[in-house]
Amino acid sequence: MTPIPAPPIAWNALLPILVLAGTAMLVLLADLLPPRESKQHLGALALAGIIAALVIALVRWGTDVCGFRDMVRLDGYALFFDIVIAYAAALVVLLSMDYLRRRGAESGEYYALVLFAACGMMLLASAGDLIIVFLGIELMSLSLYVLAGLFKSRRQSSEASMKYFLLGVFASAFLLYGIALLFGAAGSTNFERVAAAAARNPHDTLLLIGVALLLVGFGFKISSVPFHMWAPDVYEGAPTSVTALIATGSKAAAFAALIRFLTTALRPLQPDWTALLWILAALSMTVGNVVAIAQTNLKRMLAYSSIAHVGYMLVGLVAGGPQGTSAILFYLFAYVFTTAGTFGVLTLCERTGGTPEPDGDGAVDVREYAGLGRRSPALAFALTFFLLSLVGIPPLAGFFGKFYLFGAAVRAGYVWLAVIAVLNSAVAAYYYLRVVVYMYMREPEGAAATLAPSFAGGLALAIAFIGIVLLGVMPAPFVELAQVAVAPLLR
Amino acid sequence: MSFLFAGVVAAALLGIPHLLAPRRLTPVKMEPFECGKDPIEIAEGRFPMKFSTVGILFILFDIEMIFIWPWAVMYLQLGWFGFLEMLVFLAVLMLGFLYIVRKGGLEWE
Amino acid sequence: MGGVGEERRSLPPTSNDPVGLNAYLILAALVFSVGLAGVLTRRNAIGILLGIELMLNAVNINLAAFSRFGGDLTGVVFALFTIAITVAEMGVGLALVIAIFRARRTVEADRLDLLKG
Repeated sequence: MTPIPAPPIAWNALLPILVLAGTAMLVLLADLLPPRESKQHLGALALAGIIAALVIALVRWGTDVCGFRDMVRLDGYALFFDIVIAYAAALVVLLSMDYLRRRGAESGEYYALVLFAACGMMLLASAGDLIIVFLGIELMSLSLYVLAGLFKSRRQSSEASMKYFLLGVFASAFLLYGIALLFGAAGSTNFERVAAAAARNPHDTLLLIGVALLLVGFGFKISSVPFHMWAPDVYEGAPTSVTALIATGSKAAAFAALIRFLTTALRPLQPDWTALLWILAALSMTVGNVVAIAQTNLKRMLAYSSIAHVGYMLVGLVAGGPQGTSAILFYLFAYVFTTAGTFGVLTLCERTGGTPEPDGDGAVDVREYAGLGRRSPALAFALTFFLLSLVGIPPLAGFFGKFYLFGAAVRAGYVWLAVIAVLNSAVAAYYYLRVVVYMYMREPEGAAATLAPSFAGGLALAIAFIGIVLLGVMPAPFVELAQVAVAPLLR
Repeated sequence: MSFLFAGVVAAALLGIPHLLAPRRLTPVKMEPFECGKDPIEIAEGRFPMKFSTVGILFILFDIEMIFIWPWAVMYLQLGWFGFLEMLVFLAVLMLGFLYIVRKGGLEWE
Repeated sequence: MGGVGEERRSLPPTSNDPVGLNAYLILAALVFSVGLAGVLTRRNAIGILLGIELMLNAVNINLAAFSRFGGDLTGVVFALFTIAITVAEMGVGLALVIAIFRARRTVEADRLDLLKG
């Protein structure tokens, strides 16, 4: 009976994730202490954990550690996404602290679940093995399913949660089946070994079916057409702060894993998946933007617009190479700030929703934003600013994001795709600017109170604001960061 | 040796309550399955929601076996490292249990 | 399972196995299809959950079979993780069903129509 030697544990490779997981458990424990009147201290604790993870990611920039039989890899690419995810989680926690108290749904679990979701997202960003991809996706999704149903007494919330859950688990089953077939074809779940197997025998039937099923699963998680059906319902029904997390963090993390998987494990199959993603990109952009025009509920509109943004990011993946891939990273960075900011304004405006019934969601209908420009100029200005960045007006972050993405597509020879993308951006301007028109040029129906954001909410908006200005005014250093980040993938 | 030990533990677990615990027999307790439910009932009958809550919590703690069982088969070879790792795992699990108890997840009334 | 050397990860050869790898793959595909059919046709949320459970367990058959015939233990370890995660999923799912039932008195998926998808 020979003793089995203890495997080496690469603590370094998991450091940000461990910090977040530890904080999450601390939050749970602190929630068990005799109740206080408010749970703000739990939010502050969660925020401290996220900032610690962010600082670790920033300090470790430039290092590259592998651990656990190359299952987890904390390289520049993972660190870049860790920073993006930490920003998204921090903004969401800041926005929630006031929002939850107003909606009477304060709970310690909320912050713990946000932290666990962020753990899953960071795990996805550093995944070097399909097992880790699956674990990360499940940790992230399970937390988000529960978060979406947080307002238990609100029917839309539990319904959104149920739909998200059923479709999410359904997608996970496809993803898992794909992973199993890929494992059978390659004999390993490690990205490098899958790449070797794919290079040996690129058109193995088992491998191709596995890849197709995996892409279906990923398609659900990033909500690209035709796997987008859940997004509008979930975005509408979930608490707005949770919607912000689903729209930013979960999307960034799923893209992180997808990009790494496609560019490292499936590089031998690049021509095949490029053709497939071309179609998905064009469909996502067009369907997302066209359907968004018809929406009057702002959360639904933003859901469809987020589907369109997924389409833009897929353009970068189609273009490929260092330019296309780094453009996605830059775009995601800008997108996280912009979207978190937009949903942030929405959470702050829900305070005085015009609908008095308990089931109501507060101000989410575009008509309720009429006259916001006069009622609370600061919020209206912020929302206008974020929407303009989503449209892609120079010199805001959204403009440079689109510029680099579409530029990469043109340079890689996908001119038609770039043309479709630009036309779509023009369509998108219509429904974003309609909100602005309502805020400044329409009179409100009935009396509406003025709004004053709380300190935490205001801070979140200010961070998002500064982020967008910074990315817009001097994009070059951030593009360089993104290029450094994708370098290890494209070796 | 280990069989003997297991036998002693099992006998003790069965025997000690007989010696120490008070015996109050009620009709409910005399039923073959003492879980608060009539043993013979229409299959489509209703039962309280509380059962489902306890059921869900039971599955969650039941499944930890899937990690303990492979460990238990190999634990001598795994040595102290494996032992410590299992302790950490169980500690996290107990954290969850503590959470359930303090949040009142197991309160029946 | 915690072995570091490659030789520890391989299983004994399986030449005397009466049924081949394909039999397991076909079985898994069938179970997956049964689950898929259940998900698509059932109206009751619990029924849909059962279908999803079948789909996920079909994957476990695949993983175990590939592991056995490919001689790599990764699949078996993966299956253990899958089982644990599946149970966590079902825990969340059933809890959501209870939450919905308390608010709406129904678990029929068709009646969940407040949000028009």
